[in-house]
Amino acid sequence: MILIAEPQQAEIRRHGEAEYPHECCGLLIGHFDEGGRKVVTEIYPVSNAREEQARHNRSLILPEELMRGERHARELKLDVVGNYHSHPDHPAIPSSFDLEHAWPTWSYVIVSVKQGKAIDLLSWELEADRSRFNEEKIEDRLAASS
Amino acid sequence: MIVTILIPTALRQFAGGQLEMEVEAGTVGEALERLVSANADLRKHLYSGADTLRNFVNVYVNDEDIRHAGKLETPLKDGDTISIVPSIAGGMVAAEEEAFEKKELPALGNDEIARYSRHLIMPEVGMEGQRKLKAARVLMIGTGGLGAPLGMYLTAAGVGHLGIVDFDVVDASNLQRQIVHGTKDIGRPKIESAKDRLQDINPHVRIETYEIRLTSENALELFREYDIVVDGTDNFPTRYLVNDACVLTGKPNVYGSIFRFEGQASVFWAERGACYRCLYAEPPPPGLVPSCAEGGVLGVLPGIVGAIQANEAIKLILGGGEPLINRLLLFDAWKMRFRELKLRKDPDCPVCGERATIKELIDYEEFCGLRPQTNETGQTLVEEKLEMEEMTATELKERLDRGDDIQIIDVREPNEYEIARLEQAKLIPLGQVVNRAAEIDPARETVVHCKAGGRSAKAIEALKRAGYAGRLVNLKGGITAWSNEVDPSVPKY
Repeated sequence: MILIAEPQQAEIRRHGEAEYPHECCGLLIGHFDEGGRKVVTEIYPVSNAREEQARHNRSLILPEELMRGERHARELKLDVVGNYHSHPDHPAIPSSFDLEHAWPTWSYVIVSVKQGKAIDLLSWELEADRSRFNEEKIEDRLAASS
Repeated sequence: MIVTILIPTALRQFAGGQLEMEVEAGTVGEALERLVSANADLRKHLYSGADTLRNFVNVYVNDEDIRHAGKLETPLKDGDTISIVPSIAGGMVAAEEEAFEKKELPALGNDEIARYSRHLIMPEVGMEGQRKLKAARVLMIGTGGLGAPLGMYLTAAGVGHLGIVDFDVVDASNLQRQIVHGTKDIGRPKIESAKDRLQDINPHVRIETYEIRLTSENALELFREYDIVVDGTDNFPTRYLVNDACVLTGKPNVYGSIFRFEGQASVFWAERGACYRCLYAEPPPPGLVPSCAEGGVLGVLPGIVGAIQANEAIKLILGGGEPLINRLLLFDAWKMRFRELKLRKDPDCPVCGERATIKELIDYEEFCGLRPQTNETGQTLVEEKLEMEEMTATELKERLDRGDDIQIIDVREPNEYEIARLEQAKLIPLGQVVNRAAEIDPARETVVHCKAGGRSAKAIEALKRAGYAGRLVNLKGGITAWSNEVDPSVPKY
């Protein structure tokens, strides 16, 4: 399970809408609680490094960007717990391309943006044997902690 | 060297929750090997094959990306920190992605599953890889020494669509190495003979035959139909043509060449690395490098080099392993040694460089110096070209029968002389002909011959340049023509 506060979920949707028809991407920074749940405390947008023509259907966070994000997280005594990207005009379901390029533990949050409007926001976690993605419940962090 | 590996959050649960691990290792590859042998579950998230890192996994030593250093061979110093960082790629969904990544891979029938089982049980190929092979379109230039094993292995491997280009007919002298053809095929067009054999190996493969000479006029159109071009040609004009057409159409060119006991192989793919012209900007002067017909070739050599090309083509289709891009493999069958040279893309390459000057296919015969150059008004430039007298085998026979005094000089090698010779001929190999000119009597008319007429022409030219004053006549078509026209008991080779 991943806990993301409603305003931060809205931030991801807004990022997806702003980049439409291209994909947006970013990191999720937070920590693991005692129950192993991921708690997101900060959304860290990243510029999409794909060249212009491929940007509508591919997102990429360069390793340098990720290292910067990790450094930023460490300064806050936090971790990178996942990342997000948008699927313009497609459902918020991971593709086999996503599967091929994923690591376990992290949350892969996908927002579908149809005609410029963010629709679904779903989170996915890779099965440990890399065979598939499992949908993961997103809870409103503020609601869950109260 | 004692170094620290930082373990990313995402992988910590597979490393016993550790944030970092200290290991002793000399190179990055060794350090990672220590890490995954201590934490076996990590392997599948870091490596895609036996020792290939997943393509999205990047490794840094301190702040340097090892791709810009020595890759997995990057040496380590005490106290170095290794970071494992993925590039996060995402996007594209079901239908669209399927079409793009997999080109809507065709399904395999049960008979195909049975046929390809030794591929299917390897994860590096698997069902997806085999379907990629079935979806692939490979164009093979030539069905000779290299084309024979190439075609047979590509067909056996289940490449779905194989195009073959050749305009030659099977000759007895081909069978020593061109194992796709058989004795019964002598005299048949090579593509017909090859197609029969290949279709017998694997009826699931669609074989498209082109009985044409590959030219600047037809190459681009043909190449566009295919994913990969495999070069099994034996001459420089076609090799440059294949290279340039591959660069212009963006296709990878799986290259192989052979001569006597030595072979070369590489993958020239301008989008990813060096092309043939980055390696050899210009062809050698005509005549400097003999063809296999002149220099000979060990029959098994093209089998080895062609099989390497087939291997590389299959890896390109599967998208795995380490392709021969930017690497030139040199093989010596006599010493039984492989060597490898690193290649670099030449930024000034005339066809794939930043300021490329070749934007369309040119006249490759002329480029390779095989066609006399013409001046602006279309007149042939005969500069320095020496006049050469010629005689046919039939004429020579008549003259000898008449009792004319003619001395015959054979400029072939001694081992060729052993195979077949003209009785009256004196052997002086081409390489010695100038030094031994004194052995030729300038007072007598002299006919010079070799196997087919090429080397004897060179010998005459060399003798004339060296100041030989007597009359020299080239035997047209060499000893082969003698066998055809005069005396069939002289073996052809």
